[in-house]
Amino acid sequence: MEVLFLQLFNGISVSSILLLIALGLAITFGLMNVINMAHGELIMIGAYSTYVTQNIFMDLFPESMFGWYFVLAIPVSFLVAFVIGLILEFTLIRFLYGRPLDSLLATWGVALVLQQLARTIFGAPNVGVTSPSWLNGGLTVMDGVVFPYKRLFIIALVAITLFIMYLYIYRSNAGRRMRAVMQNRDMAACLGVSTRRVDALTFAIGSGIAGIAGCALTLLGPIGPSLGTYYIVDAFMVVVLGGVGKLVGTVFGALGIGVTNTVFEYWTTASLGKVLVFVCIVAFLQWRPKGLVAMRTRQLDS
Amino acid sequence: MQLRTLTPQRIYILIGYAVAATALFCAPLYLNDFRLNLLAKFLAFAIVALGLDLIWGYTGILSLGHGVFFGLGAYAMAMYLKLEASGGRLPDFMEWSGLSSLPLFWKPFESFGFAVAAGLLIPALLALFLGYFTFRNRIKGVYFTILTQALVIITTTLFIGQQAFTGGTNGLTGFSTLFGTSLAGTGMKHTLYYVTAALLIVAFVLCRVIVKSRFGKVLRAVRDGENRARFIGYNPAVYQMVVFSISGALAGLAGMLFVLHVGIISPSMMGIVPSIEMVLWVAIGGRGTLVGAALGAILMNSAKSVFSENYPDAWLFFLGLLFVIVVVFLPKGLVGLFSRITFRKRKESEEHDGAAAISHPAVRAGNG
Repeated sequence: MEVLFLQLFNGISVSSILLLIALGLAITFGLMNVINMAHGELIMIGAYSTYVTQNIFMDLFPESMFGWYFVLAIPVSFLVAFVIGLILEFTLIRFLYGRPLDSLLATWGVALVLQQLARTIFGAPNVGVTSPSWLNGGLTVMDGVVFPYKRLFIIALVAITLFIMYLYIYRSNAGRRMRAVMQNRDMAACLGVSTRRVDALTFAIGSGIAGIAGCALTLLGPIGPSLGTYYIVDAFMVVVLGGVGKLVGTVFGALGIGVTNTVFEYWTTASLGKVLVFVCIVAFLQWRPKGLVAMRTRQLDS
Repeated sequence: MQLRTLTPQRIYILIGYAVAATALFCAPLYLNDFRLNLLAKFLAFAIVALGLDLIWGYTGILSLGHGVFFGLGAYAMAMYLKLEASGGRLPDFMEWSGLSSLPLFWKPFESFGFAVAAGLLIPALLALFLGYFTFRNRIKGVYFTILTQALVIITTTLFIGQQAFTGGTNGLTGFSTLFGTSLAGTGMKHTLYYVTAALLIVAFVLCRVIVKSRFGKVLRAVRDGENRARFIGYNPAVYQMVVFSISGALAGLAGMLFVLHVGIISPSMMGIVPSIEMVLWVAIGGRGTLVGAALGAILMNSAKSVFSENYPDAWLFFLGLLFVIVVVFLPKGLVGLFSRITFRKRKESEEHDGAAAISHPAVRAGNG
């Protein structure tokens, strides 16, 4: 019973992290069909933004204020990644729409440059971010089952981000324009939507969410210049499994991979668990090649 | 094959091949042992590039998983060399991991023939297997690419995790002899170099035959219009599977040669970064042209060994920028640039020769 609870919680916790990372990708990849390999580096930028915020708080503010730095770090990470995403879109991504494989290669190059930049600025070794004291400890559910506050906080953060994304995409004017451009670009342009602006904004928002993910990752361990590369492929798998173009799919994809991963790792070893998850994904794609939630289309070459 | 008229352009190309072949076979005369060893390694990489070009440049499928095929070939050869070096005893890393007897799947690798066959067939079969489960369901373009990348991740984790069977993070190393002759000797190095050069030429000719054949035409048809090819009556999945499998086998061959030259294989050499670098070789040289792919591999690696020895930090910046520049400005790579410069004058007379440059928009657009 205890084991079951603990594994379930672990599964959901892993899923929430995967989801937060994949959410930004679901937007840039799912909605815009741009393969952003630099997504992992935007996560890394978010993480380092948190690190810098922490250092500023340590230097400038009294110690009693320190616990609050993390609350500020979340929007700061979002904004920094947002701005960098915007710059990236203006200088590079806009030339690569409609060429997904090329965008993959070019953004991989960007990723290399960003990683090396981080190495030059912050040094190659990992740096630690001190979590605020109110996140230490955990919630005791029953004897021997403790849910760490940090994990709970991440789950809550993901839920809130997801809710805001939902409001933005499905309940706001800007979101409606975004969906219009993704579904039928020419028609949207004819109706007066500035597709250039929508593209730039969408990409920047996807990048900003990667920044939030980076901020959350600082709670789990030290951060380094190659932080993003650990997560990027898993995140892509989530999007592929979930199906492209719908956020619901991404949620289920993350839950599916997170929970199966935990279960397999519990039954076997960490490395064998990963193999089994991959086999499961490929097997699943046999049954539904377009992922869990697919956009229905009559187009042949979509 | 009937004799074709020798246009000046064809003569230049033939002369080019002759010069390249001569330069390859005379290399031991003008390079010292260290440089020769490096060149031999690059030639092995050129074989991977050829295979990758077959699947990416000609069939329009981007695989980021060739590091795995390369690695599997390399491990097959390394297992043989390790067993020979251990001379009947248990390999050292197995003792450290507490194994008492040789695992069953290591046993056949005592035979050189089996190791070579495994180094070719295991990657080919793995590629066929993955291809069967993806192409048949029309999982293609970006999705396929991401799946191959996941394949890389899980293979490296598996190899690192199964320390007792694979040597873990350190990989396999500490080889001494091949057929009883020391691997470090000059004579052996020269022989291995010639073998590599010869195999590169064989691989090149093989790829060229494939590309020029009817089979190759279908590959290009699949690349430029998969559904059209399907409607004409071809089954694109079969062609994709076969070419992916050939491509995997070529990577395996390169891996085997790599181990012989370098003397070590570890999971980091088959990881994500090497896999993507392989793609970059092809992109820089020129996808869709075999010469471009092979030259790209040799030039890029030469540049890497010169730059990264002297400026390791600047190298990564340079590599990153190169990715961006090639994708945005040089979609056809160096060969495309070269043919644009030299053949511009003749543009009016020979609009679509096809031999030197391929200008289908679909090559640029990929298969997404």
